[in-house]
Amino acid sequence: MGESWGRAVVIVRFNLNGTPRSLDVPGHWTLLRMLRDEAGQTDVKHGCGEGVCGACAVVLDGIAVNACSVLAPQADGASVDTVAGLARNGDLHPLQAEMVAAGAVQCGFCTPGMLIGALEAIEVGAADSSEEIRHSLAGNLCRCTGYNSIVAAVEAYRRRTASDEGAGVGVGR
Amino acid sequence: MTDVATATSYRIVGAELPRHDAVEKVQGRTIYAADHSLPRMLHAVLKRSDYAHARLLNVDPSPSEAIDGVVGIYTAEHVPRNRLWVDVPGQTLEVDALKALSNVLAEETVRYHGEPIALVVAETEDAALAALDAIAIDYEPLPVLDDPERALDADAPQIHEGGNLLSHWEIEEGAVEQALVDSHLVVENEYRTQFVDHAYLEPEAGVAWRDTDGVITIRAATQAVEHFRDVARLLDLPENKVRLIAPYVGGGFGGKEDMTVEPYLALAVAQTGRPVRMVWSRQESLLSRQNRHAIRMRYRTGVDEQGRLTAQDIEILSDGGAYAFLSALVLLYSTVCAVGPYRCPNVRIRSRTVYTNHTPCSAMRGFGAMQVTVGYEGQMDAIAHKLGLDPLELRNRNFVGGGDSLPIGQRLETKVALPELTAAVEEQLAPLPKASGPRKRVGRGVACNLQPYGRCVWLNDWSSAWVGFELDGSLTIRIALPDIGAGQASALVQIASEVLGVSPERIAIHIGDSALNPLTGTSTATRQLYMSGNAVLKAAREVRAGLAGVAATLLEVDESSLEFTPEGVQAPGGERTVSFRDLLAACASGDVPWQALAIFRAPKGIPWQANEDWRGRVFPDFTYGCHAADVEVDLDTGQVKVLAYVAAHDVGQAINHQSVRGQIEGGAAMGLGYALSERVVFEGGQNMTGSFAQYLVPTAVEVSDMKAVVLESGEGVGPFQARGIGEPPIGPPAPAIAAAIRDAIGVELKELPFTPERVIAAVDEMEVDGAAG
Repeated sequence: MGESWGRAVVIVRFNLNGTPRSLDVPGHWTLLRMLRDEAGQTDVKHGCGEGVCGACAVVLDGIAVNACSVLAPQADGASVDTVAGLARNGDLHPLQAEMVAAGAVQCGFCTPGMLIGALEAIEVGAADSSEEIRHSLAGNLCRCTGYNSIVAAVEAYRRRTASDEGAGVGVGR
Repeated sequence: MTDVATATSYRIVGAELPRHDAVEKVQGRTIYAADHSLPRMLHAVLKRSDYAHARLLNVDPSPSEAIDGVVGIYTAEHVPRNRLWVDVPGQTLEVDALKALSNVLAEETVRYHGEPIALVVAETEDAALAALDAIAIDYEPLPVLDDPERALDADAPQIHEGGNLLSHWEIEEGAVEQALVDSHLVVENEYRTQFVDHAYLEPEAGVAWRDTDGVITIRAATQAVEHFRDVARLLDLPENKVRLIAPYVGGGFGGKEDMTVEPYLALAVAQTGRPVRMVWSRQESLLSRQNRHAIRMRYRTGVDEQGRLTAQDIEILSDGGAYAFLSALVLLYSTVCAVGPYRCPNVRIRSRTVYTNHTPCSAMRGFGAMQVTVGYEGQMDAIAHKLGLDPLELRNRNFVGGGDSLPIGQRLETKVALPELTAAVEEQLAPLPKASGPRKRVGRGVACNLQPYGRCVWLNDWSSAWVGFELDGSLTIRIALPDIGAGQASALVQIASEVLGVSPERIAIHIGDSALNPLTGTSTATRQLYMSGNAVLKAAREVRAGLAGVAATLLEVDESSLEFTPEGVQAPGGERTVSFRDLLAACASGDVPWQALAIFRAPKGIPWQANEDWRGRVFPDFTYGCHAADVEVDLDTGQVKVLAYVAAHDVGQAINHQSVRGQIEGGAAMGLGYALSERVVFEGGQNMTGSFAQYLVPTAVEVSDMKAVVLESGEGVGPFQARGIGEPPIGPPAPAIAAAIRDAIGVELKELPFTPERVIAAVDEMEVDGAAG
């Protein structure tokens, strides 16, 4: 245990996209900072740092959180899943594929958080209509698309999974 | 019109093609500016002013220098040439651009809240932030000028030496006063628009390092790699010793058009010799980076009995904030577009931008042309109301047509498809629904606009691009354009694919590098598809011409009968094909090149010298649009809910329908934020909206389901007759919403944004007046 700017350095052991990691970070760091600066997980985006924009959304023990609003030590012993873990063996997750097909990606900066937010909404059953999807995604800002294409992508994915029970909608693993 | 016939003959152009960059982006693989890192990288942060206007009595970095990990603290004296300026023809002599300059780091005076004073460089971000707090600054507060109406008063605080007038433009055509006297009806109104922020999701960021041969290399989120020249000037280096790389950018909208982190990164590298990263916080981005100009417009508009415009007398006052940046040009756009897409024989426009102690204003999507939609469309709506005419019918009586001239004297050389656009919008509109409760009112509003694409013609704009085959038959495009999320790069891939037959998956595009790729100008001014698209088209056609000659010999057919396909070049009927690989071998033995560097040049012109009798061409061309909004107003909460929204634009020819729709929907959504919620608030010069909790960007809830209508007239000056579509969709939403609210509650709102407080005040007015049932 060392020191960084008067604050203790702590060891955080967690599963990152299924792989065990152990990182030494100052105890005041956020999960976002640990993921980006120590774990090299740059698919998690820093948009506002105050829990409003949703660009840093990750799944912490099965629940979507804004990584900027969680302290790194809170992830000790937990599983953290990010958007980088969604594609399998080079195949896009079906929601990723729908986002590409629908033109729901422009600058792409909100996209990782948007995917996490949308999958969470689907998992908790809060994405059954376009109105529900819009409300569920109110914590994920997008400045490029006007949201239409994002909502359309989520709806298309819902239709796809409704007709294919085996697809699985969860973001956890 | 031959548009339909032409459109169907394209193979890739106009296709619904998912963008190549989207596949990377959904996986989080795109390495944005802040995602890059290098060994031994330092961290840089800026010490910014706490005051809107103050003299710097003393800046003492010594308490910070003692902090472990601090490498250096730099102030104005460390910048070889601390001045930045924008030279605007027509303004330099009269207003003196040199007094409009800004500083990389503040000298004796700070002029806005958040102005950079010192640059801190440290081993870690934590050390840099600790040092920031420890820098001791003695300020002597100065009187704050926060009202643009007062800026030109004799006793107003002087922001710079030589007065607070930053820029002005004037147009006078015909006899306005007499025409107003002779008009059947004169409508007079004042409209006010607010400061807004670009609020892209990616804050300003970059990493810089000293590369081989001492080249200072900056990899930053920017819309303009050409800023390498500005950086060189600031550091007193030859231009070829600075390199600017633009990775895929997380949104621009004009906010990354001026430099942001670039000069600071370059200074830090020059001082330390080590790699440096700088990432602005959201708070810094909201507090200190240039805003959209807030403007006040007074319109006096005359019409005859049929509602035809007889005169427009327009005064525009724009708040430029504390430094000049692009204010003079933004005001030029406001002035040229102030009458809108309408014929009017008598016009007087007087426009001024003044200095205040607000955050400087500069480029933002719509660039001055969008604010004035609130004025000219507000007037059209008021006139229609007074004359009892349908708002679209009134507009149809006044639209300019191809061949007409704008008041500035620019002749419109391509089709003005506004009648078709209004018809398309009407076709999409369902009947206005009934209000959902007794204390709710519904209403519908429409608005039209014009927006230039491409830069002012006297800027002699040009773009260059390189297109060439690799030996395996794949194709490479090299072009220094920044892709800011609108699909700039993927559109170029489609254009090259269309000409050369190679499938898009077999094309790689290298973008955004001022040292290694041909320069193509900024991703601003709705110019990239127009300029870079034409440059790639030209280069691809040159390559094709070389290959066609060789293929014709090999296949023993006439050149003109050849088909370029994904498999190679085919003889008519497709029976015989020569693969690109074999063709390149034949080219090599015949000394025929399979690559080309092409330059596209925009039309040229003579600069407007700000005087009222100058007439001529200002822009390459314009894009037109018509939007309609249905809203429901809650009489108790003042909330305005958008029930339905239709946005139609003529894009000449869509290169990628998906990207075009994305621009229209995204632009309209941003315009809805402008209309209903977004505003940068100052109190005594202090910026009060430094977080996304205070600065309200629309969420998916506020933006309703939206219908984008893409009209293809087949006329435009871009590749395949495309028109630009990046900026145009942001113009109509605010006036369309204003008109819809008026339709709902019978009161005109003239000050943006239409927040619940303002709507409630209007409702009170309505209920007192009994103006609506």
